[in-house]
Amino acid sequence: MHLGLFLCALCDLCGYMGEFMFNITIDGIPLQAEKDATVLQVARENGIEIPTLCFNEALGPEGRCRLCLVEVKKGNRTRTVTSCLYPVEEGLQVQTQTQKILLVRKMVLELLLARCPDSEVIQKLAAQMGLEQPRFRLDEGNWKCILCGLCVKTCEEAVGVSAIGLSYRGSIKKVGTPFVEPTMVCIGCGACHFVCPTGAIKMTEENAVRRIWGRDFKLQACKVCGYNFAPEYQLEWMSKKSGVPLEFFQTCQNCRK
Amino acid sequence: MEKIKTPKELEKLRQAILAEQKPERLQVTVCGGTGCLSNGAEQVVAAFAEEMKKQGLNGTVNLKKTGCHGFCERGPLVTIHPQDIFYQRVSEKDTAEIVAQTLIKGKTVERLLYSDPQTEEKISRHDEIPFYKHQVRIALRNNGRIDPTNIRDYIASGGYAALAKALTSMTPDEIIREVEKSGLRGRGGGGFPAGRKWRSCRDAHGDVRYVVCNGDEGDPGAFMDRSIMEGDPHSVIEGMIIGAFAIGSGQGYIYVRNEYPLAVKNLTIALGQAREYGFLGKNLFKSGFDFDVRINRGGGAFVCGESSALMASLEGRAGEPRAKYIHTVERGLNDKPTNLNNVETWANVPVIIDRGADWFASLGTAGSKGTKVFSLVGKVKNTGLVEVPMGITLKDIIYKIGGGILKDRDFKAVQTGGPSGGCIPKSLIDMPVDFDELTKAGSMMGSGGMIVMDDTDCMVDVAKYFTKFLEEESCGKCTPCREGVRRMKEVLTDITEGRGTEGSITMLEELSEAIALGSLCALGSTAPNPVLSTLRYFRDEYEAHIQEKRCPAGVCKELITYSILEDLCNGCHRCFRECPQQAISGEAKKPHQIDPAKCIKCGICYDVCKFDAVAKK
Amino acid sequence: MDLKKVDEIIDKYSAEKGSLIGIFQDIQAEWRYLPREAIGRVVERLGIPVTQAYMVATFYKSFSLVPRGEHEIHVCLGTACHLRGGQRLVENFERILKVKAGETTADMKFTLETVNCLGACALAPLVRVDQKNYGKMSGDKIAKIIKEYRPDGEGKTHGEN
Repeated sequence: MHLGLFLCALCDLCGYMGEFMFNITIDGIPLQAEKDATVLQVARENGIEIPTLCFNEALGPEGRCRLCLVEVKKGNRTRTVTSCLYPVEEGLQVQTQTQKILLVRKMVLELLLARCPDSEVIQKLAAQMGLEQPRFRLDEGNWKCILCGLCVKTCEEAVGVSAIGLSYRGSIKKVGTPFVEPTMVCIGCGACHFVCPTGAIKMTEENAVRRIWGRDFKLQACKVCGYNFAPEYQLEWMSKKSGVPLEFFQTCQNCRK
Repeated sequence: MEKIKTPKELEKLRQAILAEQKPERLQVTVCGGTGCLSNGAEQVVAAFAEEMKKQGLNGTVNLKKTGCHGFCERGPLVTIHPQDIFYQRVSEKDTAEIVAQTLIKGKTVERLLYSDPQTEEKISRHDEIPFYKHQVRIALRNNGRIDPTNIRDYIASGGYAALAKALTSMTPDEIIREVEKSGLRGRGGGGFPAGRKWRSCRDAHGDVRYVVCNGDEGDPGAFMDRSIMEGDPHSVIEGMIIGAFAIGSGQGYIYVRNEYPLAVKNLTIALGQAREYGFLGKNLFKSGFDFDVRINRGGGAFVCGESSALMASLEGRAGEPRAKYIHTVERGLNDKPTNLNNVETWANVPVIIDRGADWFASLGTAGSKGTKVFSLVGKVKNTGLVEVPMGITLKDIIYKIGGGILKDRDFKAVQTGGPSGGCIPKSLIDMPVDFDELTKAGSMMGSGGMIVMDDTDCMVDVAKYFTKFLEEESCGKCTPCREGVRRMKEVLTDITEGRGTEGSITMLEELSEAIALGSLCALGSTAPNPVLSTLRYFRDEYEAHIQEKRCPAGVCKELITYSILEDLCNGCHRCFRECPQQAISGEAKKPHQIDPAKCIKCGICYDVCKFDAVAKK
Repeated sequence: MDLKKVDEIIDKYSAEKGSLIGIFQDIQAEWRYLPREAIGRVVERLGIPVTQAYMVATFYKSFSLVPRGEHEIHVCLGTACHLRGGQRLVENFERILKVKAGETTADMKFTLETVNCLGACALAPLVRVDQKNYGKMSGDKIAKIIKEYRPDGEGKTHGEN
């Protein structure tokens, strides 16, 4: 009977007896891994570097960018999987730097560089792998968006308003507001701008006004220190959502302490 | 209608229907598959009805419109029972003669019979025609014989007896064991053992389980599932009910691609009738088992044939697949354990329960049991739907059943497995068709598309065609597929337009490896197959395009010129008239010429010339 | 726009989120595209974010955000049709109608689309106009078909023949 299944049954039995640990190896190094952890989590906990672009600890992994690919071996079977999503199992052997992995990683970066030649982040990652110029025709209309989907996921799951989303499919897939027009659903919080790994979402602030996704948001000045810290619209939304009076939100986080 | 509650009641009903239908009576069946319908089958049915009335046969002869009978090349198809006389290429005008000669006088109308292309001998019995003789029709058992919109036809031919048997005399575990023993592997492309999938789903954690039928059939050139859904919808429904009982599911879904309106219509009618008769609903056959099925239409996305994308679509979202390190049998639709199988897989289930796993496993090869439906299309004489036992050779399918290559040209390759598959060359034509053999040769079984190509097909163009298809259908979620496939298409376009360089092939190979290893789902990971298999067997064609800027097959527009062959042209002047650019000159009855400066290579002259005098080189 | 019909469609599917695609199919069939107001009503009644509706409306090929022509011409580009000259057929339609695949003629009479397999491969190459199939098509037959649906021409002459 499959060893993993047997151990999982045991785990169910002694689940209350504390965290169950699996024995795995990453690049030959033996490590202990918690049940339900992903390979990426275990690697990072142990200081083993695996590059990522579309991964953010606060949000669930999706496996879009494919930069975190690793080779896993279980018994006789070897597979190439995204470490951000792959759950650990007893006896798993992980390799993060095989020739195949490096080939795919380099190609992913080459493809992204051709898609977003102006992105400094991609340029830097590519240069680290010895890649200067992609061998493909350079795109022009993508700015720095690598379609990692973090902004959309943040707006939908962390913020909860779903002001921006994905549209179309394939190479013409895009991120933006529905119908490509400004939307009142956006609260101007700027979370998308901050989470973007390449700085592809434009957000400007001038004269106490923030501009993002085609809308102007008047910024609230902190009642204590006077710093323009967040859009009034966002604070109103937070007050309505939480039921906490607006006055509470009109002081910036630093001054609230 | 009293709901059927026991096997005895079902059998009693079946006998009653047989008595009422009088199978000894004369019966005219007209194929109503989409192909024949496009060719006037509806008018043929109407004409028969009228003629039978006119000639005094009204009420004594059955007239039935059936599902796809398979021999699409020769449609509209008419079969007269019980003699099994097969008429092909029947038009409305022929119906009067058929009624008078065959139905009334019992004589055959020779000119409508199939004639052997070699011996010119006329064959009247449909099961003696080579196209049908070599087939073993299991999934297609009822196609061409029953009216798919009438459940009574299905019951008369033994339908729902397997369900009765399963629900009243077998346990869920026994049913799963039977399917496991039969060796049935998924018919949608993955070839995963169905019994094992059912068992995993049954064993998964949770109270709510779903069964899903994948009717998305996105492979271009494939219409097997369409014919089953249109022509024998109950076979799919019965299979799903049996599966749901075995797995412990109370709700099923049939996902039909939007481009199949007739399939949606016939399935909807069938579901309604199944409910009426007590085969769907509550406490089926007094077993305490409740189950019903809903139909969901696709939105026009090939990627929704992938199971997790299909389930996203069922949830009202875009069809983006997700990583399947945790399988959909454990967390699928609405995050619940879900068992998804293809239309043809479900259609095989009632037969396996009815006749037993051992019988099913006696057909086919060691690794691939049973039969497979293929859509045999392309440069083959007998285009249509065929069902054959696994293990039959490609050669037999193409020559014995398919009748050989159109216009007796040279066979070049056969493409199997759709855009995820590859091309099999002449040297491998004696290969037995089975899951593992096809994969070894660099292709795959896929859903059953079998596209035959001759020496006028360019393999680089074929690779470009599939790559372009995949570029448009890619969901765009992961980098290797979204970015890589379109770059492959760019390289292929460069090659076919004369801009190929020394590094082009290496570029294709590098991209292929990265896309195959790095993609999130099977659309991406198999996307390089058309390129890789054509490079493997037809590298010389790529090299001709790159080094000599020449397309040996005469297909790639930028590399060919149209010209008129003087010795074949008789000056009929037709091309002169049709040419939209007035690029052709010539006097009547004298050979004509094409002015390459004006020619836009639209191909109309090539289409209209009846003397094959237009050359593309 | 009369939202009553939209409500009827939504009611037919019990306003279930999972039926979004089915609801959009019916709206597309009724109006030949997905009108903004209709999408708005669906979003409201199903309780889904606009982003989801927009993603679905743009992801799937069945749907159009702009009105489609009175007649939809689908040129099949399934593999069998491609091998029998499907691509040339598309190019000839584009040339004669003066639109690219995916576009609608200026007089809103025709929308030209390619489709990946209509499942009638024996009749390759196949063209479907609305519900009618034209099998074994060739470039010389295009003008006649166009005339069937546009008997009075386009106002100004189209094509050079």
